[in-house]
Amino acid sequence: MAAALGALTLILNRRLALLRAAAAEPRTGDWGARLKRLLVIGFGQSRQPRYLVAGLVHVVLFAGFMLLSLRSMSLIAEPFWPGISNIGEPYTFIRHMAAALVLVGCAIAAWRRVVVRPARYHDRHATVSHTKEAVAILSLISFLMIADAAFDFGGSEGVRKVAFWAHNSALLFFLCLLPYGKHFHVITALPNVFFSSLKLSGVVKPPSYSESDFDALETVGVSKLEDFTWKQLLDVYSCVDCGRCSDHCPAYASKSPLSPRMLNIKTRDAAFEHYPIKGEITPPEKRADLVGEVITPDELWSCTTCGACQEACPVTIEYLDRIVDMRRFLVDDGNLPATLQKPMAALEKRGNPYGKMARKRGDTGVRVLKEGDACDTLFFTDSCAAFDPRVQETAIAFGEILAQAGVDAGTLGKDEVDSGHEARRFGEEGLFLTLREQNLEAMDKREFTQIVTTDPHALNALKNDYELEQPVLHHSQYLAKLLSEGKLPLQPLGDNRRYTFHDPCYLGRHNNEYAAPRDVLNAIPGIETVEMERSRNRSFCCGAGSLNLFHETECERRMGELRLDMVAESGADVVVTACPFCLSNLEDAAKTTGRENEIEIIDLAELVQRSLGKTKQPEKE
Amino acid sequence: MRDILVLIEDLIDAPAELAAAARCFGDVQTTAFVSGGTESEHQMLAGLFDCVKVAPAASDANWCAEFLCAQILPLLDSMQPHLVLMHHTNNGLDLAPLLAAKSDRPMLADCISLESRENGVSAVRTVFGGKVHARISATDSATGYFATVRSGAFSMPEDTATKSGSIVALPLIETAPRRRFIETITPEAGAVDITQSEILVAVGRGIDDEDNMEIVEELADALGAELACTRPVVDKGWLEKSRQVGTSGLTVKPKIYLTVGVSGSFQHLGGIKGGPFMVAINQDAAAPIFAAADVGIVGDLFDLVPLLEEKIRERKG
Amino acid sequence: MDIYVCIKRVADTSEVDIEIDRTGLALTEDDFSYDINEWDNFAVEAALQLKEEHGGKVTALTVGIEDDEEVLRRALAMGCDEALHLSDPCFEGSDAWGIAQILSAALKGKPLDLLLFGTVSADEGAGQTGGFVAGLLDLPMVSLATSLKVNGSIATVSHEVEGGLERVRELDLPAVVTVQTGINEPRYVSIRGIRKVSGIEIPVSGVGDLGLDPNQVGASGARVKLEELFLPPQGQSAQMLEGSDDEIIDKLLDLLQENGGL
Ligand SMILES: Cc1cc2nc3c(=O)[nH]c(=O)nc-3n(C[C@H](O)[C@H](O)[C@H](O)COP(=O)(O)OP(=O)(O)OC[C@H]3O[C@@H](n4cnc5c(N)ncnc54)[C@H](O)[C@@H]3O)c2cc1C
Ligand code: SF4
Ligand code: SF4
Repeated sequence: MAAALGALTLILNRRLALLRAAAAEPRTGDWGARLKRLLVIGFGQSRQPRYLVAGLVHVVLFAGFMLLSLRSMSLIAEPFWPGISNIGEPYTFIRHMAAALVLVGCAIAAWRRVVVRPARYHDRHATVSHTKEAVAILSLISFLMIADAAFDFGGSEGVRKVAFWAHNSALLFFLCLLPYGKHFHVITALPNVFFSSLKLSGVVKPPSYSESDFDALETVGVSKLEDFTWKQLLDVYSCVDCGRCSDHCPAYASKSPLSPRMLNIKTRDAAFEHYPIKGEITPPEKRADLVGEVITPDELWSCTTCGACQEACPVTIEYLDRIVDMRRFLVDDGNLPATLQKPMAALEKRGNPYGKMARKRGDTGVRVLKEGDACDTLFFTDSCAAFDPRVQETAIAFGEILAQAGVDAGTLGKDEVDSGHEARRFGEEGLFLTLREQNLEAMDKREFTQIVTTDPHALNALKNDYELEQPVLHHSQYLAKLLSEGKLPLQPLGDNRRYTFHDPCYLGRHNNEYAAPRDVLNAIPGIETVEMERSRNRSFCCGAGSLNLFHETECERRMGELRLDMVAESGADVVVTACPFCLSNLEDAAKTTGRENEIEIIDLAELVQRSLGKTKQPEKE
Repeated sequence: MRDILVLIEDLIDAPAELAAAARCFGDVQTTAFVSGGTESEHQMLAGLFDCVKVAPAASDANWCAEFLCAQILPLLDSMQPHLVLMHHTNNGLDLAPLLAAKSDRPMLADCISLESRENGVSAVRTVFGGKVHARISATDSATGYFATVRSGAFSMPEDTATKSGSIVALPLIETAPRRRFIETITPEAGAVDITQSEILVAVGRGIDDEDNMEIVEELADALGAELACTRPVVDKGWLEKSRQVGTSGLTVKPKIYLTVGVSGSFQHLGGIKGGPFMVAINQDAAAPIFAAADVGIVGDLFDLVPLLEEKIRERKG
Repeated sequence: MDIYVCIKRVADTSEVDIEIDRTGLALTEDDFSYDINEWDNFAVEAALQLKEEHGGKVTALTVGIEDDEEVLRRALAMGCDEALHLSDPCFEGSDAWGIAQILSAALKGKPLDLLLFGTVSADEGAGQTGGFVAGLLDLPMVSLATSLKVNGSIATVSHEVEGGLERVRELDLPAVVTVQTGINEPRYVSIRGIRKVSGIEIPVSGVGDLGLDPNQVGASGARVKLEELFLPPQGQSAQMLEGSDDEIIDKLLDLLQENGGL
C-alpha cells in the first residue's frame, strides 16, 4: 500500500515537472474570492446543470465521491489504526445511500457514453474516442462501490478481507490511473477552479508576467509546451473532455477547423507524450511543432475570441489567453495570412484597418475637440463607425441622442486611431501598443470626465487594456443612465413587431453587461420582446469578432447565418444589437439567408432615436 | 529621313499598332524586325513597313531575350535607327530594358502617346497605377532612342496596309545562351490570379442563378477579361473564393473594372485599388455602385450583357 | 549562396485624392503613407526562402534618400542579413537609368549568385531597372518570375508570358530575376520585428564610394526627363449612359476603347 502511495506521488511529480518548466503567472491573492469560486463552481458544481442529465449525473458522482472519500481514506488507514473506518451510524447510512446513487449514476453515464452517444462527446476533429477510457473508469468506480458494500455486508470475515483488499487496491490503482488521461481532472479540477482568473474575461494576459518591457522579450507568445504558463497547463490537464466548450463554440458550429476542446486534447496529448511518466523528456527540437503543426494556424485564426467556450466549461478552463499567446507567436514568426496582413499594415500606416485617410472619417455630428478643448463626455467611435457608412449611421444616431439630451460631448476627430483591440487579440501586441500610445496622447491633450463608445470592442480595450483614469461606458449603459435621469422621452414605436436583443460578446460575456441594453429596450412603451435561447452569457457570436471581418476561415455555414436561424426560431422580427460588428454581420446574414425583408437588424441607438420620434419606422412589408 | 526599327513579337494586332506608333514621327523609314514566322506573315508585314528583316527563329522557337539581343544588336550597329519601338508586353518587359542598356539608348517605357521632337522624343505614360499621367522626354542622344508602347494605345486607320516593303533575311548569329527554354505550361483553370488581371468583369448577386453565369463568362471572354465576383456569388458556389474581391477577399488593381449586378457595398469596394476605369450595370438607379463608378448604366443585365458581348466581338472583328 | 535584392520605397496612393504640386513635377505628399514596393516584398521573400533552403546570405539594397532606409529595416526585420543604403544628394532626380548605374556600381565585383528585383514599381510602373542592371552587368535575366528554384549553379524559373501561359526556363547563375507578385506569401513583419532591428547601423554608400561620376547620375545625368505631371480627365461620379440599349452599348464601347479596354 505504501508502495502504491509512493507510485502515485512519483506519477504526480512527473506531471508537475512540466508545470515547473512552464512560464510564470501570478494566481495568488484574493483568497476569499478564490475560496468562493472553489465552493460555488468547484464543490457547488454550479456550471453543471446547464446540461441537465449529464450535469446531474456528474453532481451525483461528485457528491458521492466527496461523501465516500472519508470512508475510502479511513479504509486505507484501517491496517494502521484498526477500527478507524468505523465512523458512526449516521455516516454509514449516508454512505450507503451515496454508494447506491453513485452506482446508478455510473450506469446512466455509461449508458449515455455507449448507447445515447450525444454528439458533444464525439468531436468532429478527434482522432481517438475517449469512450473506452470513460467506461473503464466508470467500471472501476462501480467496482469500488461494490467492494465497499461487500466489506460492510460481507457475511464472513474471509469475504470482508477480500473486499477490503479489493477496495484498497482498486482505489489506489484508480488514483494512479487518473493522471494518465482525462480523469486527471478528478485531481486537478478543484485546484484549477481555485486558481482560475478573477478578472473580467475581456482582459488579455500580457505577453509575459516576468518582463514588462515588451521590446525586451527574447521570444513572444507560445510555440512549445514550456512557453505556456503553469496555469494554462493546469487548464489543459483538467479538461474533462466533456465537449461543452465546443458545443458552445460558434466556430465549431459553423464547421470551421477549430474545436476548442481539441486545443486541450492535443496539447495534453503532447504534454503526456513529451513529459512521459516513464522515460526521458523529449527536447523541443525533436517534437512536432506544437503551434503550426499539432495546432494549426487555421484553427487559431478561426477563433472570434467570443469567450463562449470558457464561459461554458464546468472546470473554468481558460482559452482566450492561450489562443492569443499562440497567435502572438505566429505573428512574431511572420506567419499571418495575407488577408490579415492587409488590415494590420493599414492599421500601422493609417491607423484604421481599412487603410482610409484620417481626414476621411465620417462626420458623427458631434463636436470635434481640438487640442486643449474640454467636454464632459468623450465619444470614441473606433474605426467601424468612422469609415463604414452603414455603421456611421449608428454613430450619427447616438450623436443626435446626446445632443437632444443636452450632453456636452466631443470626439478626438482625426486624432483618434483604432483602439487596437483587434490587433491585440490577433497577437500583434506591438501594433496594439503603438495605437494605444497614439490614442492616449490624443486624449491627454483634451479634457473630459468620461468616455462613451458605441463599439463594445472599443469599450473592452479602453476599459481593460488602456488603464485610463476616466470611466468608460458603453452606449447602452449611457442610454440607461440618460433614461434613469429622465432625459429620454421614449415613445411607442407603433408597430406590433417582436424585438430580441443579441448580446455582443464583448459587452455581455467579457464585460458582464446584460442589463443595461435590456433596460433601455424594455423602457420603450408597448414594446414586445422575446429572448433567444442562446442569450446573455450563452449568446452566440455573430462571427465578426476581431479581424474576422477581414479574414474568413473556411466554414460550412457562416456564424451570422446560424445566429439568424436562432433569431427566426425565437420568432423575433427585429434584432437589436449594440455593436457595429454584429450589425454588419447580422445584416449581411439576413441578406444571405434571404430574410432581408423579414428580419430587421438595428442598433440600440438607432432604435432609441426611432422611439424618440427622430426617424420614421420603416413600412412593414 | 529618320529610321525607325520596329520589333515585332506577335503577328496579330501588334504590327499595325506599332506601324501606327511609328507614324507619330511623320515621314520616316520604317523597318520591322521579326524572328521566324511564315512567308505570308512576312508579306503582311511588308504591307505595313518599308522593310522587313527576318532573323532565323530561335532553335526552341521561343521568345528568348538573350537570343534576340544577339540578333538585333548588330542590326542596330549597322542601321543606327533614330528610334527602336516595341510593345510594353511581358515579352517587351523581358527584352526592351536589356536591349536598351546594351545599345546604350535612353528608354521611354510603356508610352500611351509619342511625339517627335526636333532633338528627341517625348511621350506620355501613366504613373501611380494610372492615376496620374506623366509627360517625359529624352533629347540629344547620340545613340538614338528606345520606346515601348502600351498595347491598344495606338491604332491604325484600316486602309493603311499599302506599302510593299522589301523582305531581307538576316544571318543567324550563334549564341551560347545562359538561359534556356524548358517548357510552356498552362496554369490550372482554378489557379487564375485576378490580382494580376488588367481587365475584370465582376459579377454580383444580380446574376441570380448559376445557369446565368454563362452570359458573363462569354462577356469576359470577349473582353479578354477575368471574372471576379462579390461574396454572395462565392457563397452560392458559382465561382471560387479566389475570385472574390473585397475586404475579406482579394485586393485587385485592374485598369478596367466592369461590374454586373453588383450593388457596390463598402466591403466589396474595399478590395478595388488603383483607381480603375469602372463601369457599372445595375437595374437600381440608387445602387451605391454608381457613386463609385466612372460610367453607369441603369438597366437589366440580361438585356445589356449579351448585347455588349456581341458588339465587342463585332468591333474586334 | 549570395543573394542581393534591390528594393524601393513607394508611396501608397490608393485612398488618397491625388494632387499635383506647384512645380507640376511631383504630387502633394501630405496624405501619403509609404511602404516597400509590393513586388519587391515578394522578391525579398523569395530571397529568404532560397536562403532558408540553401544557406547563404541575403543583402537588401535601395537607392534613395534618408527616409527610404525604412524599407531596408523592414527587409532586415524580415530576415535579410545585411542592408546597403545607396544615398547621396547627387543621386536625387535620377531616372531609371541613373538608378541602374548606381546599383550596378554597388554590385560590381560583389560575390553574387542571384540578383532579385520586383518586376515593376507601384509608382513609376516602367519595369526597366532590373533589365538595365542585367544589361549593365551582362547577366542573364528572366522577368515576371512566378516560381524560382535553385539547384547548384542553375536556377529554374517559370515566368508569365502573354495569354495566361507560363514558361519555364533554366538560368546559369549568376543571374537576374525580376519577381511577379503572387510568387509566394511574404511573411508578416511585426512592429516588434522592426523595433528589434532599429539599432542596426546600415552602411551608406555615396557617389564617391561607388566611384561614379556625379554627372552620370541624379537629375543632371538623367536621360529621360520628367516634363510635367497631369491628371487624366475624370468625372467625380458616374457618367450615366442613356438612350436605347444599342446607343448605350455603343457609347460604352467607345469609352472602353478610350480607356484601353478593347
Ligand atoms: C464581414 C463581412 C465581410 C464581407 N466581405 C465581402 C467581400 O470581401 N467582398 C464582397 O463582395 N462582399 C463582402 N461582404 C458582403 C457585402 O456586405 C455585400 O453583401 C455584398 O458585396 C453584396 O454583393 P452583391 O452586390 O453581389 O449583392 P447585392 O447587394 O444583393 O446586389 C445585387 C445587385 O444586383 C442588382 N440587380 C439584380 N438583378 C439585376 C438585373 N437583372 N440587372 C441588373 N442589376 C440587377 C440589384 O439592383 C443589386 O444592386 C462582406 C460582408 C461582411 C459582413
Ligand atoms: S472564444 Fe469563441 S470562437 Fe474562440 S474557441 Fe472559444 S467559443 Fe470558439
Ligand atoms: S475545456 Fe472544459 S468544456 Fe471543454 S471539454 Fe474540457 S472540460 Fe469540457
